[in-house]
Amino acid sequence: MTQQFSILEREDFQKLIDVLSADGYQVIGPTLGEGAVIYDELTSIEQMPIGWTDIQEGGKYRLERRDDDALFGFNTSPQSWKRFLHPPSVRLWQAHRTDEGFELQHEPIEAPRMAFLGVRSCDLHAIAIQDKVFMNGDYLDPTYKSRREKIFVVAVNCGQAGGTCFCSSMNTGPKAEGGFDLALTEIVESRQHYFVVEVGSEKGQEVLHQLPHRPAKDSEVKAADNLLKKVSKQMGRILDTEQMQDILYRNYENARWDSVAQRCLSCANCTMVCPTCFCTTIQDVTDLSGSHAERVRRWDSCFTMDFSYIHGGSIRYSQKSRYRQWMTHKLATWFDQFGTAGCVGCGRCITWCPVGIDLTEEMAAIRESEGAAPKPGRKPASAKP
Amino acid sequence: MPPKRKPKLAVWKFASCDGCQLSLLDCEDELLDVAGEIEIAYFPEATRAMVKGPYDLSLVEGSVTTPHDAQRIQKIRKESDYLVTIGACATAGGIQALRNYKDVREFISFVYATPEYIETLPKSTPISDHVFVDFELRGCPINKYQLVEVISAFLHGRKPNTPPHSVCVECKQRGTVCVMVAQGTPCMGPVTHAGCGAICPAFNRGCYGCFGPMESPDTKSLSDWWKRLGASDDDILRAFRSFNAYAEIFRRESEAHE
Ligand code: SF4
Ligand code: SF4
Repeated sequence: MTQQFSILEREDFQKLIDVLSADGYQVIGPTLGEGAVIYDELTSIEQMPIGWTDIQEGGKYRLERRDDDALFGFNTSPQSWKRFLHPPSVRLWQAHRTDEGFELQHEPIEAPRMAFLGVRSCDLHAIAIQDKVFMNGDYLDPTYKSRREKIFVVAVNCGQAGGTCFCSSMNTGPKAEGGFDLALTEIVESRQHYFVVEVGSEKGQEVLHQLPHRPAKDSEVKAADNLLKKVSKQMGRILDTEQMQDILYRNYENARWDSVAQRCLSCANCTMVCPTCFCTTIQDVTDLSGSHAERVRRWDSCFTMDFSYIHGGSIRYSQKSRYRQWMTHKLATWFDQFGTAGCVGCGRCITWCPVGIDLTEEMAAIRESEGAAPKPGRKPASAKP
Repeated sequence: MPPKRKPKLAVWKFASCDGCQLSLLDCEDELLDVAGEIEIAYFPEATRAMVKGPYDLSLVEGSVTTPHDAQRIQKIRKESDYLVTIGACATAGGIQALRNYKDVREFISFVYATPEYIETLPKSTPISDHVFVDFELRGCPINKYQLVEVISAFLHGRKPNTPPHSVCVECKQRGTVCVMVAQGTPCMGPVTHAGCGAICPAFNRGCYGCFGPMESPDTKSLSDWWKRLGASDDDILRAFRSFNAYAEIFRRESEAHE
């Protein structure tokens, strides 16, 4: 069967938001805020970052005007969709003291019906990874599951790669291959501005039916293909994954860990922005009278001391041990645990590290310390803010 | 079972601006609870009643700057089961610890008409330099929710939830975009103890470091990056030498930029 593509014209794009809203979805998509393209609730195309792009480097992000009116002419956002599926803070239960003891009050799980507008391929892979963590196996996460099951996904294939992107290295993009209801490729030409639409599910088909659309011409499908081919060669970063696991397992002791520890702030930004990092901590709180208690779960990070605290102290007390743990988990032990890398190459941890620490650079340095010649094409990643 | 005795709370003031004590008064709703659960035995800022010690919990605001205060804190420690310091003054010497970098006698001669009447110590020091402190609550001023949390924790014999990680974690949790990365604004957040809820970055400012050093601060790496953002040694010195100027790690970093 040949794949069936459709065309949605730029001037009809508002209708996509309208149809999703009318279907009862809270539409969440890109908008400008705090000097960046962030994800927030949308009702109108006017709220979108029309004609804006982002310049990303290690520890640096800047908005810039484009010379066209692209709706999705930017790359990854400061934070991923993680905060909508795996919220930063969730109350798990409350308890009240009674004459006989105490009474447990379960927390109702509120899951809004959300439509994600503009999910990039790397982030789709990240969602698939979190699905494994939260919905596979014996222990389901009800908060994640209830939210996850209700989402409608409009993927957007990247029309350009960012300065810290390396999805080509991780086989996670730039083209969305699955896990969406609809996928769009935005084509902006001098006299045309349209979206090549691919349907990924029945739900997606139903939404498309309610939109003005027409079958795509071969030339239009070709334009989208060519664009994506070009993008996959534009990556700002490269990660050589060959024997990556073995190399890391052989190098628990390597001077490079000491060097990165000199720079790493243990601030935890990398883990907070990472779309696959999932760790949380539990806080038990009582009120003054002691008659009310509650348990709250919130995002945690392997960069905090409390994270590895056991009786007597923190196991990973040095910066070196914490960075090594994080990177080795992302690029090696994650395979053993979940069958894939824990990194999808979105580049957020590089951009949003306040001091521009770059795991592709760290990995390359460890590889080179074993005597491998630097790969041609690897950009020297020393960034200037 | 005999009726439970209400724990006795005392609030003490040393060299400080009173802002932290005001945080307690500012807990209007919670204060009724506090008053119901504990006997406020000594709190001159709020009540004239002064009940004699011993006290179950003493909250201490302010730093030690006079010989008289240095003695007074010893007596308070003896009378208190638990002693908790509140705020940057009590925990790190406060903004008045700027005097520690200069000759205090010079200041006195400038400021006071009759310097002979002034009896002061050469340095402003945190309470923990003088007596054992059970817990230090950070902030300039402290966060009132954290204060209620600490009192609750001590009343119920549990550990207070006052995470010592960076302010960055709070920014990310509230969804604030990093001002340093997105705007090149020098920010103290990565080396600063959480607790304020990341107020300044949420208002488009860099963090000022009011809560002092976080659990594992790398001030040198941050300073190096600030320089790349265009900050001068003077800027860096001033950033580290503010409300927590005398906190060991901030002190050393500021001295490195003298
Ligand atoms: S490790 Fe970094 S590049 Fe990889 S998925 Fe996480 S944030 Fe993106
Ligand atoms: S790698 Fe960067 S973002 Fe991550 S903890 Fe270290 S300094 Fe912070």
